[in-house]
Amino acid sequence: MEKIIVNLAYLLSASLFIFGLKGLSHPRTAVRGNMLGALGMLIAVVVTLLDKKIADFSLIIAGLVIGAAIGTLLALKVEMTAMPQLVAVFNGLGGGASALVAGAALYETKNPDYLFTTASVASGIIGAVTFFGSGVAFGKLQGIINERPVRYTGEQVVKALFAIAAVTFGAYLVLNPQNLHLYWVITGLSSVLGVLLTIAIGGADMPVVIALLNSYSGLAAAATGFVLQNNALIISGSLVGASGIILTNLMCKAMNRSLLNVLFGGFGEVVQTSEEDIYAGKVKATSPEEVALLLEGARRAVIVPGYGMAVAQAQYAVRDLYNLLESRGVEVEFAIHPVAGRMPGHMNVLLAEVDIPYEKMKELEDINPTFEQTDVVIVIGANDVVNPLAQTDPKSPIAGMPVLEVWKAKTVVVIKRSLSPGFAGIPNPLFAMDNALMLFADAKKAVQDIVNALKEG
Amino acid sequence: MEDFMMYFTIFVLSMFVGFEVITKVPPTLHTPLMSGSNAISGITIVGALISAGSHHTTLTTLLGFVALVFATVNVVGGFLVTHRMLEMFRRKE
Repeated sequence: MEKIIVNLAYLLSASLFIFGLKGLSHPRTAVRGNMLGALGMLIAVVVTLLDKKIADFSLIIAGLVIGAAIGTLLALKVEMTAMPQLVAVFNGLGGGASALVAGAALYETKNPDYLFTTASVASGIIGAVTFFGSGVAFGKLQGIINERPVRYTGEQVVKALFAIAAVTFGAYLVLNPQNLHLYWVITGLSSVLGVLLTIAIGGADMPVVIALLNSYSGLAAAATGFVLQNNALIISGSLVGASGIILTNLMCKAMNRSLLNVLFGGFGEVVQTSEEDIYAGKVKATSPEEVALLLEGARRAVIVPGYGMAVAQAQYAVRDLYNLLESRGVEVEFAIHPVAGRMPGHMNVLLAEVDIPYEKMKELEDINPTFEQTDVVIVIGANDVVNPLAQTDPKSPIAGMPVLEVWKAKTVVVIKRSLSPGFAGIPNPLFAMDNALMLFADAKKAVQDIVNALKEG
Repeated sequence: MEDFMMYFTIFVLSMFVGFEVITKVPPTLHTPLMSGSNAISGITIVGALISAGSHHTTLTTLLGFVALVFATVNVVGGFLVTHRMLEMFRRKE
């Protein structure tokens, strides 16, 4: 095929990706946007198959069929609550594929120049870190690996040594491209680095990690684009890279922490604060019936969903509660903290799953001024995002983190199994406040009981 | 070197386009954005197709094949699961 037509086709794919991402800026246009993206991908695949002198289609068909079958199965079977794990898996596979393609290209090319080998090495390092980092993130989210950060003395030195070693071997390979097998040493070192980087990060920081790995998977594809000298890969990869960086930045801001702090320090190593002093004698437990009574007299209620709602699969019960309250004339809104859950926008997906209108999901800046006019706030399995210590204790690990100021409402009901701290490992003075009531139960059961009590009452 | 500068220019400009387009995505759609953009990073499938089909050596064919399976899972699964999520968001219009 004429080279110019091929390149125009790739340009068309890249443009469709841009239109597709643009479509995602509104729920109304998002479905079409996603389809445009998929169309762009189809065009890229077809034009590649027509253009290259492919010797044998059997392997390609086998690969496409196997991959499509696995992908379809995963995409259709996954529970919405398990979405963070799935995104982690997809991130990892994308990064891994880029590293393998760069490796193959390295073997196929005779007398590669410096730029070619440099790009291959970059793709190998980023791709391997993405693949194994995502694997660990998946394990943590799925509960196969302990969510708590794994910390040890000298860990930063160990990580730095692996990074330096990978880059040094990379530089050596660039200067001596005949030593092809070094590529596997480099990806091997990077794989260990990917594991070390992610294993040291706790569950609470997963929204940042997932966003960062998303960015890496794009950068790996872009690096592979430099290897293959293919603009479609460079453009698409950098779009994804940019997207991931933006989300990473948003997540860090939502926790008032720097990216370096998330990657190399942070939560999980906190000294035990005196829980006794904060909670002793001040915590009031309540019952579903009492909460139902409160809600009957309320004009405005706000629900704050957290990871606990996802774990308990309580979103359906929450929907029933929402419908019941709305039908009785109570104004109900949802307060969504940016880092609630395990990935950016995790709570929005769960609420959308059960048909909560997206206009009802309010961001932190919008909902905070309304708490003073709110009769009842129901916190479902959220801890650190409603912790007033962020504003009052400058020494706290979450100091300065923007939080939902639920305590300004008339009454706050916290649904939680126990007084155990959240991922930041600190107690929450909210639980002991005068206007706070604790409903100790599983999130799903508690909300169902409230709904039943409301119906009977 | 000239080639590199051209590709690098495209890389940097695309980053800017990405920033412009994506900063307008509301938090509600951040998860679909991630899974959708991730599916796009599966564009590396183009490279995998070439390696898997070129029959250069057994090693490169094998590498290409594994990469092809990975990238296809990424692409097909990514777009599909994004579609599934977005349908949920659209229903309440």
